[in-house]
Amino acid sequence: MATDSARVNTSPHVSDEIRKTTCYMCACRCGINVHLRKDENGKPKVRYIEGNRDHPINKGVLCAKGSAGIMQHYSPARLKAPMKRVGERGEGKFEEISWDEALELATSWLKPVREKDPKKLAFFTGRDQSQSLTGWWAQNFGTPNFAAHGGFCSVNMAAGGIYTFGGAFWEFGAPDWGKSELFMIFGVAEDHDSNPIKLGLSKLKARGKKIIGVNPVRTGYNAIADEWVGITPGTDGLFVLSIVHELLKAGRIDIDYLIRYTNAPWLVIDDPKAKDHGLFLRDKDGNAQVIDRKTGKIAAYNSKDVKPDLKGEIDLKNGRKAVPSFTLLAQKYLDDRYAPENVAEETGVPASQTRRIAAEIAHAAFEKEVVIDQPWTDMKGEKHEKMIGRPVAFHAMRGISAHSNGFQTCRSIHLLQILIGSIDSPGGFRFKPPYPRPVSAQPAPHGGNIPNTPLKGPQLGFMRGPEGLLLEEDGVTPQRIDKAYSWDAPMSSHGLMHMVIANAHARDPYGIDVLFMYMANMSWNSSMNSSGVMKMLTNKDENGEYIIPKLIYSDAYSSEMVAFADLILPDTTYLERHDAISALDRPISEPEALCDAIRWPVIEPDREVRGFQSVLLDLGARLGLPAMTNEDGTPKFKDYADYIQNHERKPGVGPLLGWRGKDGSKTGRGEPNPNQIDAYIKNGGFSETHVPAEALYFKHANAAWQNWAVEMGLQDAPVENVFQLYLEPMRKFQLCAEGKAEPQPPETHRQRILNCFDPLPDWYPPFEGASINLADFPYHALTQRPAAMYHSWGSQNAWLRQIHGHNPMYIPGEICDEVGLKDGDWAYIISHHGKIKVPVKRMNAVNGKTMWTWNAIGKRKGAWALSAKAPETEKGFLLNHIINELLPPKGDGHRWSNSDPITGQAAWFDLRVRVEKAPAEDEVSQPQMDAQNNPVGSPDQTVEYGKEWTK
Amino acid sequence: MTLLPAQTDKKLGLVIDLDICVGCHACVVNCKEWNTGGYGAPLGDIEAYGDNPSGAWLNRIHTFEVTPEDAPAQIVHFPKSCLHCDDAPCVTVCPTGASYKRGEDGIVLVDESMCIGCGLCAWACPYGAREMDPVENVMKKCTLCVDRIYNDNLPEIDRTPACVRTCPANARHFGDFADPNSNVSKMTRERGGFDLMPEMGTKPVNQYLPPRPKSRPEETIEIAPAFVPKADEGLLGWLDRALEKLG
Repeated sequence: MATDSARVNTSPHVSDEIRKTTCYMCACRCGINVHLRKDENGKPKVRYIEGNRDHPINKGVLCAKGSAGIMQHYSPARLKAPMKRVGERGEGKFEEISWDEALELATSWLKPVREKDPKKLAFFTGRDQSQSLTGWWAQNFGTPNFAAHGGFCSVNMAAGGIYTFGGAFWEFGAPDWGKSELFMIFGVAEDHDSNPIKLGLSKLKARGKKIIGVNPVRTGYNAIADEWVGITPGTDGLFVLSIVHELLKAGRIDIDYLIRYTNAPWLVIDDPKAKDHGLFLRDKDGNAQVIDRKTGKIAAYNSKDVKPDLKGEIDLKNGRKAVPSFTLLAQKYLDDRYAPENVAEETGVPASQTRRIAAEIAHAAFEKEVVIDQPWTDMKGEKHEKMIGRPVAFHAMRGISAHSNGFQTCRSIHLLQILIGSIDSPGGFRFKPPYPRPVSAQPAPHGGNIPNTPLKGPQLGFMRGPEGLLLEEDGVTPQRIDKAYSWDAPMSSHGLMHMVIANAHARDPYGIDVLFMYMANMSWNSSMNSSGVMKMLTNKDENGEYIIPKLIYSDAYSSEMVAFADLILPDTTYLERHDAISALDRPISEPEALCDAIRWPVIEPDREVRGFQSVLLDLGARLGLPAMTNEDGTPKFKDYADYIQNHERKPGVGPLLGWRGKDGSKTGRGEPNPNQIDAYIKNGGFSETHVPAEALYFKHANAAWQNWAVEMGLQDAPVENVFQLYLEPMRKFQLCAEGKAEPQPPETHRQRILNCFDPLPDWYPPFEGASINLADFPYHALTQRPAAMYHSWGSQNAWLRQIHGHNPMYIPGEICDEVGLKDGDWAYIISHHGKIKVPVKRMNAVNGKTMWTWNAIGKRKGAWALSAKAPETEKGFLLNHIINELLPPKGDGHRWSNSDPITGQAAWFDLRVRVEKAPAEDEVSQPQMDAQNNPVGSPDQTVEYGKEWTK
Repeated sequence: MTLLPAQTDKKLGLVIDLDICVGCHACVVNCKEWNTGGYGAPLGDIEAYGDNPSGAWLNRIHTFEVTPEDAPAQIVHFPKSCLHCDDAPCVTVCPTGASYKRGEDGIVLVDESMCIGCGLCAWACPYGAREMDPVENVMKKCTLCVDRIYNDNLPEIDRTPACVRTCPANARHFGDFADPNSNVSKMTRERGGFDLMPEMGTKPVNQYLPPRPKSRPEETIEIAPAFVPKADEGLLGWLDRALEKLG
């Protein structure tokens, strides 16, 4: 058999060098080993990309997107040089210009705005992983109009979590995969955390633990779940509160946990006519009051040795009373409204299934408690011999977030987690450092608009109550172009990027001078009403000027948005750039370790492109922004790498945690280290600092955690974190709406605030369905992200587009039968806003009222260097065209955003539709837009990647 | 006509766990990027940015919807690559001897220098596991990463097929089925691993593990109350007793 061995070289040369950096093929930020090998001309070229085994996020594995990074890096759609528009907006006709000319042009547009009226700059970044830099830049510019893409992504999830318990799914926490007995996953396609979730599911399966998938569509994770709950879109909150009903009825909640860690015992004032009705009873120092079980008298919740009660009633003077918030909570959810039978029709979940899942949760939480032999001390000084956990874990994402009731739904899931005592207890949900970080430890949002003056604080933060709204002096008009932190969306922690173009075009609340965007395909798949947005970007006023006068855009690729820009600042690919995956920003920690990471140029750019963050610092210096300019007027930072190493947010605290101090010996706090990036490169591109064993759980109340977090520079002092089941700021907005407190909302908004701002997690029907005739639009339509594609980026990728080159509409069999549709037919999908024509695919593993398609596969002709008749343009389509950024008019003249009324989260999945059979005709999806000019040229159509290395 | 070895010393192959495969295509793409610059001709793509993009892949995922008689419809993701059969019809049909099964480990390979691109082997394979490269016109197939698993230039831990190393769900396992104590043999025994289409008589080496049974919506379990309810104490009557227990 020796001859067989001789026929193949089993030990060929693999690569000349491995460079370790961070992936950017999606938002996961996995560690990658980039193998470089010389091509036939001796130039280093990417041979292979694999997961970095040492990396805390992906532990060596890598998804389809990450593995297709080679095709993204060498994509023919890469922009090559700065460009100035020479045609009309939208045509895509440009001339290449020098970087100096581009930066001078941008400066000449931005400088007068800053000198006169800074808010006339709207600076919105998309899938930006450097928000601590971009936000800081905008703050220094002095415009209130900054946000990234969170408002149209998953702000409900982030805000619902932070407001409730100081954490959130994904970036701020994770399931305890190794110890959970039962796992429930809500509304998750391939949204975020893709590799860690798959690794985690695999761990659960290996341990034989049950996975329950709650999702209208039974694909992906829901396909392998042991149980599928095929819920009707927008009703998850009702389903969860029905589980809460069952648990309360049976007494299957963790009373001790509620008393120790939550505001369940805090007394709520009951005095219906008073202006503090529904607020917490507080002493003169502002401490919330509880009833002491020993004495029956009121005491501060944090007084020594108090044993707070969860029931009872205290008589205050003059007929005023107060009851523990738990009493209100129990009254609310024990109501028959929430009985499984009474929610079954709305949710589509049989009562027996809801009831059994409640029983399984109770069983796992209380009969299978996890005990870790690890003593710890809480922040009150009480010593605990062991860590005792309730091993039920939950995870949720966009399917929950992207509804107009998403904030309350997220809060409902957290309520359930907290009632059974599973937040940061073994087997439950675990905080990831630097979290927990409750609202009290978060910045408040800052407005302002003073010429040549930085804002006093960051634009984005967490609203404490009505007094902090960002309104003009009339108390009504929003300060911000996206109307964040106004009566439209008082607690909009991530802004409303999806409203910027529509509002600027409507000059409501005002027109702008410059729209500056980064990495956000807002003329296409990242906007609602894409066809309408394209018009808004090209419409001109009576003087023949564009209504949105100047548009600067930075992207690495020839996307649909490029065609609408006046000035293009071309970005690098992810393998050509510096980045900091910073704990100041969106951390990549795991529950047991504080982590951050970098990107660095593992390949040198071969085009006239620059990393956007370096360009922003250059622009900052040209504009003379104080934080970016030396006293002599020279730039303070050479480039982004220089900033990453030398910028300090406060003394000793900078973008990166590892290897601080002049000699790199310090972690967390320490002066800048001139060799910090090199130290990261040597360590594989990341830093990882393990949390001490005593601090691994109950971080919200754990003294060891608090001390460690201070030592690491994550916070300056211990932070108290009492979980807010009853959310007082919500009640404050209701009091304004009731006319009992200032400021007063406009009449148009009163009822909506009363209805939606319940301080206890609540469910109300999604807005779009509630504002149209449901008989006309009986079905739901939504999208999910494929595992092998990230937004629009994937279509330029020669490999990924072979997997998802077009997107049928998957329609439930019963609807197909009713309408007379079969595979290969075409259908019109019609909403209150518009009509699209799409290819049909029948499917049964889906909620019977819900059709769906893959997200962002459809492309405009001419974009992404694709051929004119590419399947993405001919057969692919966007659901965005039939989703309006506004709700149907109510006749009150107000432009009601299609968003969550609390956070402003875009309500993509509220969409209601009907279906009609369409003639196949030319078998091309509708609408079709005019082609945009392709500024990057036509690529070779034959790819034989790696041929020079093969024999 | 090419001969198969009478038996092989090892039987290297994959176990693919259908209970955990989420259909993410990580294995598919990582396979392509490793192999396009590795063994034999690159895995070419034509009309890469055009109207009908297609290319050669050594591993693909097929997605099926199945509707059991008495349970809701469900989705099964089915990764498929060469199964390195003991009785490989693709080898015996090869007119030039280009296709062969290695005696030492059972891996089925194509010696591209002898391949005339006739395509008979692809016709003979009942699994559709071989693909003609659209640019070079040679037959491509899974090599079980023969240029990784013995490669002295890779760390020992990485001497495993690219699809196995990259799978985020840990649905793919590599080992020697000739060894009854290997990870793959044990897993196959314990989980009821099965041959794909045994009726074809190809004796595939790769094994598939079936999905676990699913819970059904109508199954019932009653919640066990924390406290036995007393008459007239109301829905939250248990709360007093719960608080008493806390002291």
